[in-house]
Amino acid sequence: MAVDKIEYDKMMKKASPNSKAYINIPLAFIIGGLICVLGQFLMTSYEKLGISTYFSGTVASITLIFLSALLTGLNLYDNIAKHGGAGTLVPITGFANAVVAPALEFKAEGLILGLGAKLFTIAGPVIVYGVTASVIYGIIIYIFKLV
Amino acid sequence: MEILMEYGKAFLIGGIICAIGQVLIDYTKLSPARILVLFVVLGVVLSGIGWYQPLVDFAGAGATVPLSGFGHMLAKGVKEAVVEDGLIGAFTGGLTATSAGIAAAIVFGLVIALIFKPGDKS
Amino acid sequence: MSLRLSQNTIILNTSPSIASYASIVGKKEGEGPLGKHFDFVNDDNTFGESTWEKSESRLQKDTVSKAISKANLVPADIDFIFAGDLLNQCVGTTFGLRELEIPFIGLYGACSTMAESIAMAGIFIDNDVAINAAAVTSSHFCSAEKQFRFPLEYGGQRTPTSQWTATASGAVVINKKNAPPFIRAVTIGKIMDLGVVDVNNMGAAMAPAAHYTIGKHLADTGKSPDDFDLILTGDLGLVGSDLLIDLLNRDGTDISENHNDCGLMLYDLDEQDVHAGGSGCGCSASVLCGYILDQIRDGILSDVLFVATGALMSPTTVEQGESIPGIAHAIHISGKSE
Repeated sequence: MAVDKIEYDKMMKKASPNSKAYINIPLAFIIGGLICVLGQFLMTSYEKLGISTYFSGTVASITLIFLSALLTGLNLYDNIAKHGGAGTLVPITGFANAVVAPALEFKAEGLILGLGAKLFTIAGPVIVYGVTASVIYGIIIYIFKLV
Repeated sequence: MEILMEYGKAFLIGGIICAIGQVLIDYTKLSPARILVLFVVLGVVLSGIGWYQPLVDFAGAGATVPLSGFGHMLAKGVKEAVVEDGLIGAFTGGLTATSAGIAAAIVFGLVIALIFKPGDKS
Repeated sequence: MSLRLSQNTIILNTSPSIASYASIVGKKEGEGPLGKHFDFVNDDNTFGESTWEKSESRLQKDTVSKAISKANLVPADIDFIFAGDLLNQCVGTTFGLRELEIPFIGLYGACSTMAESIAMAGIFIDNDVAINAAAVTSSHFCSAEKQFRFPLEYGGQRTPTSQWTATASGAVVINKKNAPPFIRAVTIGKIMDLGVVDVNNMGAAMAPAAHYTIGKHLADTGKSPDDFDLILTGDLGLVGSDLLIDLLNRDGTDISENHNDCGLMLYDLDEQDVHAGGSGCGCSASVLCGYILDQIRDGILSDVLFVATGALMSPTTVEQGESIPGIAHAIHISGKSE
């Protein structure tokens, strides 16, 4: 008996186990939350060191990006991410990991077309669509005199 | 005590934003790259309609560290620049406000990639 | 001489022998349940090379060299080598084999390559157009991840239906030595596509191809599943194996008693975090050449239907939202020559 695509799709869905969301979601919550707490701790600490409130957030972000880049280089970030899921993907550390990982991997293809060109293969879209959205937003508020 | 509250709020909001991302991973066919784009664009939109700043005021790093905070920074930068410089601000504001993060990611990415060797997985 | 039994199935009347075979695997595969059966387990997945592509080439070259030496031959004795791998333009193979200077026929069948290459080599020997022919394939987790998925250091989560690309290679030398294991028949499958688009569920994408090829082999040869001690599919993993058994059941063919899958045998699914099982050309190649052929040679298994399965997509077609076509080829390997 021949099985058609619709029937097979049903069979496939039945045979394929679902992600363990009941483990993944709490883990993402905890690990993502902890990364944000680290960010908060850095911000507070930098303010105590005399960095202005305006810049403390920026310096904290740079620190998180550095830590994530380092952990990626040491081959540790992916092992945390295996459990953290979106908890390690969504914070700025995930963005840094997405930049460093292809840079490291494609270094073998040279410093220009390998490392340099592949640096933004995964993270690039974030900047493309983020910047585009913000420019559209700017034009809208300018035209409609919303500020 | 106040500082503990700060950490608590950062944990709660940051955790919830990440948990939303995990729901998208587990229950939709969206790939991680699409989810990141979604978060950034959503950050721009929410900031634009004035909903994100209150979240930042409440949760601090809990709202700025997730990528939606990156979108918020873009929108906030654009808004300030449009006020200062007019239409040109729509183009300069976003990347100016986020330049530190992007430059850090590029430079650390380059340096780390030069220093370390690609690793195996087990 | 070979006999055309049907459009798909060829009987190899002289029953060519798998004169020697070898398998080399990486660390994780060596830690799996079949670890002690492989010729060599390399704990260093770079295999001493500077890029993952070179590592895979080295792995394949070492494996085929081992198989040739186990047959007491040198590369110059091999008339043809049939080989392929997963990398773009099969560079794992071409760069690995270039120094051996053996007339080379490159094949791409994704993870079905071991069955495809054995079929070709067997047919060449059966028809006396070669005295010794070799078949080899390989896969490497790191080079495959880099090409098909994400950089290794990228923090992604694998879905439960995803499979782990084996760092492994298997090679055989086929001639008319007249000693088991013998190649008795081959069934060449056709490309099957039931519309699976999830690249993290390749077992499901390949199961219809295995279903077609097994059904065809049984129908063409008039055999039933009970005529085989083992029906060994390539790398369907947990999901694909379930689907295959279900699909065959609908035809009234029950293989559940004598079916196993290389993707389920290579790793300990509970302990090794490979989700739905192993995959990659080297998965079925190493399970066959490391474990199954020994069992046939020693008379523990008599008749095995080896059905390696491949998913014929590329990263480009996946990004374009195309479904994943599958292929499967079956080889009847036996301890008896007739």
